[in-house]
Amino acid sequence: MARAVSNRRKTIATIVAWLVALIIFFPILYTVLTSLKTEPEAIQGFSLVPSFTLESYVTVHTQRDYFKPFMNSVVLSLGSTLLALLVAVPAAWSMAFSPTRRTKDILLWMLSTKMMPAVAVLVPIYLIFRDFGLLDTRIGLTIMLTLINLPIVVWMLYTYFREIPGEILEAARMDGASLWGEIVYVLTPMAVPGIASTMLLNIILAWNEAFWTIRLTTTNAAPLTAFITSFSSPQGLFWAKLSAASTLAIAPILIMGWFSQKQLVRGLTFGAVK
Amino acid sequence: MGRIVLKNVNKSFGTTQVIPGIDLTIEDGEFVVFVGPSGCGKSTLLRLIAGLEDTTGGTIEIDGKDVTSAAPARRGLAMVFQSYALYPHMSVKNNIAFPLKMAKVSPEVIDRKVTEAARVLNLTDYLERRPGQLSGGQRQRVAIGRAIVREPSAFLFDEPLSNLDAALRGTMRLEISELHQSLKTTMVYVTHDQVEAMTMANKIVVLNAGNIEQVGSPLDLYNRPDNLFVAGFIGSPRMNFVKGGAAEPFGAHTVGIRPEHIRLSKESGRWKGTVGVAEHLGSDTFLHVNAGEIGILTVRASGDFTGSHGDTVFLDPEDSRIHRFDAAGKAIR
Repeated sequence: MARAVSNRRKTIATIVAWLVALIIFFPILYTVLTSLKTEPEAIQGFSLVPSFTLESYVTVHTQRDYFKPFMNSVVLSLGSTLLALLVAVPAAWSMAFSPTRRTKDILLWMLSTKMMPAVAVLVPIYLIFRDFGLLDTRIGLTIMLTLINLPIVVWMLYTYFREIPGEILEAARMDGASLWGEIVYVLTPMAVPGIASTMLLNIILAWNEAFWTIRLTTTNAAPLTAFITSFSSPQGLFWAKLSAASTLAIAPILIMGWFSQKQLVRGLTFGAVK
Repeated sequence: MGRIVLKNVNKSFGTTQVIPGIDLTIEDGEFVVFVGPSGCGKSTLLRLIAGLEDTTGGTIEIDGKDVTSAAPARRGLAMVFQSYALYPHMSVKNNIAFPLKMAKVSPEVIDRKVTEAARVLNLTDYLERRPGQLSGGQRQRVAIGRAIVREPSAFLFDEPLSNLDAALRGTMRLEISELHQSLKTTMVYVTHDQVEAMTMANKIVVLNAGNIEQVGSPLDLYNRPDNLFVAGFIGSPRMNFVKGGAAEPFGAHTVGIRPEHIRLSKESGRWKGTVGVAEHLGSDTFLHVNAGEIGILTVRASGDFTGSHGDTVFLDPEDSRIHRFDAAGKAIR
């Protein structure tokens, strides 16, 4: 009896979980389906059955260069991630292993910068970028993306490093490891999974960042987010083409996310359950 | 060799003084146990000897050499941690070999020493496994193996058995004692468990609030405690303390009688009381007897004691085993 009830419960829970997943995934699915429709089909109204034409993809490809924004996205997300790690690893390290009374406050303060709406600092940032000649440059945008994601990167790494028991480092010290030996043989192998998942998450965040990448670029440094928006304005609304551009923009990161999902989930739930 | 001498060693964290100043000599080959309640500074003292904490003042000598400011690795000591502190990404073999690799020992020697340590500790079949695939007892043995291969002048143990279950604790206690017998190396062992202290030590150091209360052999501390703290801490169940009027006939402010030194009778005796809880352990029965003004006394009776809750009993302390203490808690001898 109890087993029958728990089985039924399990079935219901599974159905609910699938429904929730479908609702969350639906916009992406509908974008892909729309990209496979003709323009008149796309405007006609809600339909889940496209005519499976690649017409929009061909048009998008001929009208605009996909490769340049794609490369910009790659450079910006990888560049900003590496730069962020370069700053965040030592920062998180010292906060995790030699915390002071102010460590918690600093962490909270860093996170609080994420609570501010980006638009509030749009004008000053724009003016700074203009005056320093950083508008529409890869270097400018890389710095921007590094700065906006830095608090999250520091937080994630901090929680990771905190999980490395201090006693293991002390054991290494007792065992005669020099500081270098400690870093190479003990710390790094233990920290690599944490750094890897932080890196993956930051690449995704940087890839999808749309507010600054659209506002601070025109053509030279424009990544895929700007590529998508370029299909929405001048010629009116072309849903199929817009969807095709969106699909092209999210496909690389979706594929990367799919292959690294195990690492990502582990990274995001690290420390929560032991 | 492994003679450790502490001279006026003290330690403060910020403004909090944890160890006010300790003088202690640990002779070569001794098994010394630091015992005391939580927060008494015993682990801090061990970490000061290890070099994992810096002293605020005083000197630490190992084999006549001042090592007060030497790095942990340069003190020739090996430490076994409470959490085992094994390297999770290395196999058992590499864990044990790690200190030798750091000392740049040749691979053949490393191999020989690791094989030998694994044989002694029954780890031969597990050498290729990771620590995560081992049980608690096996992990602790790997930690000990990692300490043995260094051939240190002294071993430091920081509550090494407190993460194990009771049965395993008993076995590991024996194993560590046997290891000491065969290696004859100095061992300094920290625990809050007085049974571990009594069964393993040549010399017990009882600590309280950063001070040494008494140093001596286990039986010394059991038979001749210097003060109320040591008397109450050593021995299980704990010593009974009788104060006030009942202690006066003995010429003391407080008298202490161990549960095993009280004779129990159903007919007559010096003190009268009623049985409260009776704990039957098989070999012994521990009775909690309410003796009116004297208070509640724990008494050890034979395993086949048949009395139960509410029975009237008479208690007679063995005069020769009574401990007398003055108002300051010092033993009167």
